[in-house]
Amino acid sequence: MFYREAGDYKTTYASDTQTFPIKLDRWGYYFIIGFAFLVVPLFITDYWANAIFVPFLIWAVAAIGLNILVGYCGQLSLGTGGFMAVGAYAAYKLMTSFPDLSILFVVLISGAITALVGIIFGLPSLRIKGFYLAVATLAAQFFLVWLFNKVPWFYNNSASGQISAPTRSIFGFEVTGATATPEAKYLFCLAILLALAWLARNLTRGRIGRSWMAIRDMDIAAEIIGVAPLKTKLTAFGVSSFFVGVAGALFFAVYLGAVEVGEAFGIQKSFLVLFMIIIGGLGSIFGSIIGAAFMVLMPVLLKNIMVGQLGWATDIAAHFEFVIVGALIILFLILEPHGLAQLWRLTKEKLRLWPFPH
Amino acid sequence: MKLTKLAAIAVAALTAASPVMADLVFPSLSYRTGPYAANGTPVADGFADYFTLLNERDGGIGGVMTKVIECETGYSTEKGVECYEATKGEGALVYAPLSTGITYQLIPKVTADDIPLHSMGYGRTSAANGKVFSHIFNFPANYWQGASIAINHILDLNGDDISGKSIALVYHNSAYGKEPIRTLEELATKHGYKLTLLPVDHPGQEQKSQWLQIRRERPDYVLMWGWGVMNQVAIQEAANINFPMENFIGIWWSGSENDVIPAGDAANGYKALTFHAVGSDFPVFADIQKYVVDAGKAAGSGDHIGEVLYNRGLYQAALLAEAVKTAQALHGTADITAGMMRDGLEGLEITDAKMTALGLGGFGPTFSVSCENHGGPGLGAVQQWDAAAKSWSMITDFMTPDMGVIQPLIEADSAAYAAENNIEEGCN
Repeated sequence: MFYREAGDYKTTYASDTQTFPIKLDRWGYYFIIGFAFLVVPLFITDYWANAIFVPFLIWAVAAIGLNILVGYCGQLSLGTGGFMAVGAYAAYKLMTSFPDLSILFVVLISGAITALVGIIFGLPSLRIKGFYLAVATLAAQFFLVWLFNKVPWFYNNSASGQISAPTRSIFGFEVTGATATPEAKYLFCLAILLALAWLARNLTRGRIGRSWMAIRDMDIAAEIIGVAPLKTKLTAFGVSSFFVGVAGALFFAVYLGAVEVGEAFGIQKSFLVLFMIIIGGLGSIFGSIIGAAFMVLMPVLLKNIMVGQLGWATDIAAHFEFVIVGALIILFLILEPHGLAQLWRLTKEKLRLWPFPH
Repeated sequence: MKLTKLAAIAVAALTAASPVMADLVFPSLSYRTGPYAANGTPVADGFADYFTLLNERDGGIGGVMTKVIECETGYSTEKGVECYEATKGEGALVYAPLSTGITYQLIPKVTADDIPLHSMGYGRTSAANGKVFSHIFNFPANYWQGASIAINHILDLNGDDISGKSIALVYHNSAYGKEPIRTLEELATKHGYKLTLLPVDHPGQEQKSQWLQIRRERPDYVLMWGWGVMNQVAIQEAANINFPMENFIGIWWSGSENDVIPAGDAANGYKALTFHAVGSDFPVFADIQKYVVDAGKAAGSGDHIGEVLYNRGLYQAALLAEAVKTAQALHGTADITAGMMRDGLEGLEITDAKMTALGLGGFGPTFSVSCENHGGPGLGAVQQWDAAAKSWSMITDFMTPDMGVIQPLIEADSAAYAAENNIEEGCN
């Protein structure tokens, strides 16, 4: 009824293997993209951009990155916060060393630098697996935060160790700094998310993605059929860290504007991104995005309802926020252990048959 | 499907919260939760109670009611951004985030939005240079002045000669804790003491290794830049290794009742800096009791009145209220804007007569703010904890810091900021 597949014929392989094979899905996707790019910027305010959309888009990038590593390649990582810090500090050094460099290149080069760092910290994955790898990446998290705190070169010897993003622009539109408009920030982050999500989707369904999944499902079997674990695991670490580094650079330059490594990129950030992909759905691009939405928007929404609408005391509301978000996480994981993406997939299956399921 | 539903609720939740204008709005970015709640709560209570008092007793300031909008940050910079964006549209006059990290983040934002920011005794020290930081105020004292006052106190105790002594700095490993390092290093070369740096990572519950090092090296004095749970743990650890408490000096953020009471008698003699008086022996507290507490309008649980940090929140509110009066007089209108508030802060002059009229005679030093100097004179005193009486007492007068060392540092740091952000010096 809702999903009318009648007459939706595929005559080429390309149309059969496309991301949204059902016409209705495809139109929905085009509609959301069009709405996000054309309509939202007309109405976006400082609050909506800085408190809701920008953090959501940035966390979505980070979640896709971690999902590539954990969800697609099966390498558990707790170093996300540290890798985001690499992206942020790389962006800071690039912005201050090359003032004329476009912010887009700053962000992309920061991602590339993080990819290199990620590959180095991915090396232990060749020898250790599972929880032991998680501990090894945890070491990366602590080491990187310690490094950026310890070596003054990374924060240009400022007295406090804080890094602040100067104003930088792309095509003449300011994207970072205090005078950047909410539209510019939003569109910049949205464009990056769209490009990277498209990249991730196409990587994961191609040869590289299949080799990642082969390693994830059974590494010995994968090795026997000719998948090289070294190359596969390190590309997963590299690509994942690229995404996470881009997210870190955006997080610092576009969203916060000034960060201090221990507070902004601590271990809690690693867990936050891990929760996003677990709740959203491991091994799903859509799941990463919806997981990020859940973890970023839910607390803001609850706060606005409890403090703004009901007029509760701020501390009680803050405590309740933890309780409610925690309860929702448990609830979702009981109802659907494979995450929100799976919930959506099931809903879609049902809708395709509804109202005649048999 | 879920998303659209959530979005619909979110839109409803946000659009319904329409701003109420024609009030003097003071956003309070407080934190009553998280590892820093023990210290954040009394400050927020004091801040809110003073404005409640003004509303109840005087009908606001100059006939316009005040309104405090609280927003919980949990000391997190991300929530700080959310709070700033959520409150700035409601006519916010001045921000006081009570967090050095959030202050750093807001410095460019408030300047672009033409809203002043008052980081009293915290934040970026070089913001004292009003020529570069047009919208940031950090009077009456800042960290570098605090560091200098602590060293001055040690100099006084040692007959002005501390060459060869060793001093350890236990600090919160963040922008806040790192602030005094450069000043202490400069002072070390001047006075010839040996400085040991001992960072403690957020949130500060784990300090065994730092205190082990202190136990091994036995420095003559320990200074502390701590906040929240870190203070309590540090004082307990110092007691555990039998470090003489009178040689342990905290910054003004490490000197509240919450910090010393958990260590019990062992904390007796612990010293901390302060830039205002202690106790509730001032006429204003009688008014607070009468108009706020007895009327059931006290913020929070109402059990922090008279504590060090409560007094600090109250002192800040009093200074801001005075700045509002100054702005009202300067611009000839009672309903001031944030831009006028900035002028009021810049023209603020605190005299003994004004403080006495507020019921706060002798509570803080007199000072005046100018376009060039947003930091005030930086007077500070030392207070000491009496565990038996469970009270702080001032053991020195307000002292002046060594501005000969600090002023060049302020100039250099603000010049670096101006160069990085293409700011032209004002006040010409």
